[in-house]
Amino acid sequence: MLPVAAYLALSAVLFTMGVVGVLVRRNALIVFISIELMLNSVNLAFIAFARQHLGIDGQVIVFFVLVVAAVEVVVGLALIVEIFRSRSTVDIDDVDLLRG
Amino acid sequence: MEWVIFVPAAVLAIAGGVGVIAARQPVHSAIALLVVLASLAVTYLLLAAQFIAVLQVIIYAGAIVVLFLFVIMLLHARSGEGPVEKLPRQRVAAVVFASLFLAALLAGSVAATRPLAPAPEGFGTAQHVGEALFVTYLLPFELASVILMVGIIAAVVVVKRGPPAGRGGR
Repeated sequence: MLPVAAYLALSAVLFTMGVVGVLVRRNALIVFISIELMLNSVNLAFIAFARQHLGIDGQVIVFFVLVVAAVEVVVGLALIVEIFRSRSTVDIDDVDLLRG
Repeated sequence: MEWVIFVPAAVLAIAGGVGVIAARQPVHSAIALLVVLASLAVTYLLLAAQFIAVLQVIIYAGAIVVLFLFVIMLLHARSGEGPVEKLPRQRVAAVVFASLFLAALLAGSVAATRPLAPAPEGFGTAQHVGEALFVTYLLPFELASVILMVGIIAAVVVVKRGPPAGRGGR
């Protein structure tokens, strides 16, 4: 059997990729997809720990993460569409009304 | 034995992750996310989480990625990144600190080298997850429906156009 460390390492790599995507990319859509990547890597860690401790709670939490991710995508994409309508851009550096 | 399935899935997931953050077009990014989701579903199966693997394919690949693709299609015309970089040194700093973060995470995860005990019969099936969901976690489950409702209403309110100007907005 594989040790749970293999799954955790994969989860860590994917999470870091999501962080890099959020920090480096300026297209709001790609930033958003990177956030989804991070959510998925956390799900993998939850399921790996649920498997290690043989408790079902980790898998139930993943279910709730899925629900919240669906809602987050709906609201976030609505916001991005609205920003695009009013400013004709999805570059996050161009949306700087609150900049000091 | 499991390596035979895990290693290709992990390689595919990491390749998809690189695709997500390196793609020039948002469409390619979304397709790469699809690759990541599919290979993660395979690892869920290895971890005895059949029900979550199916949910992953139905909800994430079936609903969320399709929603992404619709919005990308909607905004396709000018949805690129502008030519001007306002924070010039941010990329280097992001990569440096992300590497440190990854090192810390990996150092923590390699400590868990204990081999896994074999999963009992019926672990992670729809019945098992459903029992936990409807007995122990009934209240959070009901709250999840409220969250979904709030999300639907919020999306409608945010995207709804106001009354057209100049025609007496009442």
